[in-house]
Amino acid sequence: MARTVIEARNLSKHYNGIVAVDRLNLDIREGEVYGILGPNGSGKTTTILMLLGLTEPTSGSVRVLGWDPTRYPLRVKANVGYIPDQVGFYGDLTAWENLMYTAKLNGIPRQEARKRIAQALERVGLSDVAHRPVRTFSRGMRQRLGVADVLIKDPKIIIMDEPTQGLDPESARQFLDFILELKKEGRTVLLASHLLHQVQAVCDRVGLYYRGKKALEGTVEELARRVLGFAYRILVQVRKDARRLIEPLQRLQGVQRVEIKDDQTLIVHCERDMRPEVAQAVIQQGAQLLRLDMEMPSLDDVYTRYFQEVRHGRGAGG
Amino acid sequence: MAEAQVVERPVVREKEGSPWTGLWAVVAKEMADHLTSFRMYILEFLIAITAVGTVSAASSAIRSVAGAQPKFLFLKLFTVAQEPFPSFVDFLGFLVPLIAIAMAFDAVNSEFTQHTLARILSQPIYRDALLMGKFLAGLLTQFLIYGAIWLLVFGLGIFWLGVPPTAEEVGRALWLLVATVFYGGVWMAVALFFSVRFRQPATAALASIAVWLFFTVFWPMIASGLAAMIAPIRIGLPEEILAQARWLLALRRIAPGWLYTEILVALLRPEVRTLSIVLPFQLEGAILGQPLPLSQSVLLIWPHLTGLIAATLILFALTYISFQRQEVRA
Ligand SMILES: Nc1ncnc2c1ncn2[C@@H]1O[C@H](COP(=O)(O)OP(=O)(O)OP(=O)(O)O)[C@@H](O)[C@H]1O
Ligand SMILES: [Mg+2]
Repeated sequence: MARTVIEARNLSKHYNGIVAVDRLNLDIREGEVYGILGPNGSGKTTTILMLLGLTEPTSGSVRVLGWDPTRYPLRVKANVGYIPDQVGFYGDLTAWENLMYTAKLNGIPRQEARKRIAQALERVGLSDVAHRPVRTFSRGMRQRLGVADVLIKDPKIIIMDEPTQGLDPESARQFLDFILELKKEGRTVLLASHLLHQVQAVCDRVGLYYRGKKALEGTVEELARRVLGFAYRILVQVRKDARRLIEPLQRLQGVQRVEIKDDQTLIVHCERDMRPEVAQAVIQQGAQLLRLDMEMPSLDDVYTRYFQEVRHGRGAGG
Repeated sequence: MAEAQVVERPVVREKEGSPWTGLWAVVAKEMADHLTSFRMYILEFLIAITAVGTVSAASSAIRSVAGAQPKFLFLKLFTVAQEPFPSFVDFLGFLVPLIAIAMAFDAVNSEFTQHTLARILSQPIYRDALLMGKFLAGLLTQFLIYGAIWLLVFGLGIFWLGVPPTAEEVGRALWLLVATVFYGGVWMAVALFFSVRFRQPATAALASIAVWLFFTVFWPMIASGLAAMIAPIRIGLPEEILAQARWLLALRRIAPGWLYTEILVALLRPEVRTLSIVLPFQLEGAILGQPLPLSQSVLLIWPHLTGLIAATLILFALTYISFQRQEVRA
């Protein structure tokens, strides 16, 4: 087992009576990509600020790499890179100068700093514009500069708040690739977002936040199983008369529900990957199989369903 | 990544606990900002042409009465005015607050508007270093600017008067430089305070200028009114007049501009022997017109300097408390 690098116990934050984060427990393991998901105002940013020691918790405790950020803020901040939502740079300084300032604040010697800055800018593809004032940068370039900025201190943990907000699909995808690269280097990544399919693409585990509480946690599959009751959907297409396949398919061990779309198409909801069994059953019934597809559960479905249930008073979750 | 592996301890780059970690990085960055900003170019240009204009007027006035006053010529460059223009120190009285406010009114709130604060504070530094760094950078920049202006004045003086300054004159000018920077420090602390309190730089600038206007324009009137109320002159006894004058002076000294004016008087006019109200019997034994040595003049302004520094410290402490409590998000 990898060790726990971020640990929160009963962490709460109240802003004059408003509960922003409510008795949160969090364990993030070394080397994983963890997604904090939740609607606006669910306490994602507040949690992050407490993990960094930028906001004092009202109660509860935090350990980052074994240190309490309120008592050892410098150690924690020297080892944790943070890309805030709407990451900002000094517009009149060039990209290079901005990064040099970060390096100096981290006490990195000048020679070493130059090397790291060159490498970081190269990695995010900003070498060509290194000496242009950041004021002239586009949103996407700033966001990439944000990645370069955290790479300067070579952190163990990187925390990003809404990293892909305002990026076009192509830039967003590129950004997600950065995240996967960072993970490959052995860094732990914590990201907060409400863009579900993006989180799904990179996160090993996600925590679903709602009104300052962590409502659900696990891999996307686990969440799907818990909220939707199934994890896999198999789409079956036959030449005709799909209706008569419903009953035999439903009898299969592990199938939860069979949904009919039209005369040719069925959707089989099942607990595990049952493509061979489903195919066999269809053939046995003498139907002509045209297509068999499996659809992974999507976080969007989990999310939508979960909040539907919350609104209807069910699904306290767990 | 899941298998067990020995993880090396993360690097600890700094001593935990020093609130000044990163201070010099902040100072260097902020000074570079000041020295390259267009705003400062304008103010530097303004103060430079003021210096050239007033000093040339003063030196021609001094030369026209040459021979009569061989002493402290260089100090007169600062104080002699040729009607209708004010002297250089008169200009300093309002240029210094202007420069100080211009340097600090957007010091902290611009970090919010540019969304840089959260990123900077997530570096291994304390908020103390950021605030102190900005303040120190402002003070050092003022030292540089005024130092350059003083050199300009002395250079022009040597050129136009044709004599070198004496050690005493240089010494007095240096003390004047120190006092000027501290005077700027008070106004910088005012502007820095508002830059923490108000998110809009324009609001902070206006508030700072309002405070400055209050002390330069309204405070003298209020002080006279208050003095007349506290120590009214009922029948015109000398004691009554004296009591009111004492109150008036004490009240006026609350304004930093008044303290600075008294400092200017003591440093640039060595023949001034006291800054309080002088009664005839106190002058007995003192040789009138005999200039004070520099050390005595410095003693005279010592309480004033301490007052300016104390005011700066109090304002800075208020700013600090308010900044510590602030949320980092914009
Ligand atoms: N400085 C503050 N004063 C008062 N309340 C605050 C403050 N900051 C945050 N809150 C409240 O705390 C709650 C959580 O806010 P937070 O910013 O953590 O949410 P979030 O999940 O990051 O939302 P978003 O997706 O919009 O970024 C909100 O209800 C917000 O109104
Ligand atoms: Mg947020």
